Amino acid sequence: MTDMSYLDGNMLDAPLRELFAVDLSGAMGRCENCGVVGPVGGLRVYSHAPGLVGRCPTCSQVMLRFVRSPAWARLDLRGTTFLQVPMPLDQPHPGPM
Amino acid sequence: MGIVSPGFQGRPRSSEPALPPGQYLTQDFPVLSAGPTPKVPLDSWEFVITTETGAEYRWSWSELMSLPQETPKVDIHCVTRWSKLGTTWQGVSLDTLLDGIDTDAAYVLAHSYGGYSTNLPLDDLRGGRAWVAHTFEGGDLPAEHGGPARLLVPHLYFWKSAKWVRGLRLMSTDQQGFWETAGYHDYGDPWREQRYQGD
Repeated sequence: MTDMSYLDGNMLDAPLRELFAVDLSGAMGRCENCGVVGPVGGLRVYSHAPGLVGRCPTCSQVMLRFVRSPAWARLDLRGTTFLQVPMPLDQPHPGPM
Repeated sequence: MGIVSPGFQGRPRSSEPALPPGQYLTQDFPVLSAGPTPKVPLDSWEFVITTETGAEYRWSWSELMSLPQETPKVDIHCVTRWSKLGTTWQGVSLDTLLDGIDTDAAYVLAHSYGGYSTNLPLDDLRGGRAWVAHTFEGGDLPAEHGGPARLLVPHLYFWKSAKWVRGLRLMSTDQQGFWETAGYHDYGDPWREQRYQGD
């Protein structure tokens, strides 16, 4: 593989704010392929494409795809086993059931 | 006396060539990519067609180059709205590669070095409308544009012309590829502006 221009995952903040109320660049995601856990902001994002493609910085597998049509936005996370989003400590939460 | 004079010829034709709806003309050749550019040495390059029964037909680089070559001059249309007219390529027609392959498949999943894929009806690869192209404007196809070889299916949006193509999987049922699973159209006719699922 040779290097291609890509941006870091912090650029996903603005497009994903259309979908989510929280800043996902600080969320932690687990790569389905290699198992590495890292911040969404650390993904390698290929944006010169029909959509945004976020790849694992360790194994280069696709963890996230984001396509925005005029009528809808689709976030495909099939390369991500989980997203862990930081929550404010001073907010009430359900706790263990 | 009629209201149309004999000399009336209608509105002058625009000097701009016709473009599919929603497209603009570009003179350069933008590089679009969903990932890093794979480096594929020619001595290990291969192209393989796998039928729905599992039969495989393989060509090495030298075998591909020994097949009859064609030089299509075609317009290309990217779903990101640029179109480029009159591009000249060299490659092997899919009619040549599919000749003699026994299949009842209706669909194809083209797959590439680097993991990319895209789906097309098999009929759209026949009839002198699709090639495995290795030369662009007289020179080797640059890696950033899909070299050593890419699929060239210019009557569909250009994401169907898979860069770094490695093979075709012939299938009885349609199976979506990389951009199709992310919401892009299964067929992708630029003249019907089939950009997204449901268009």
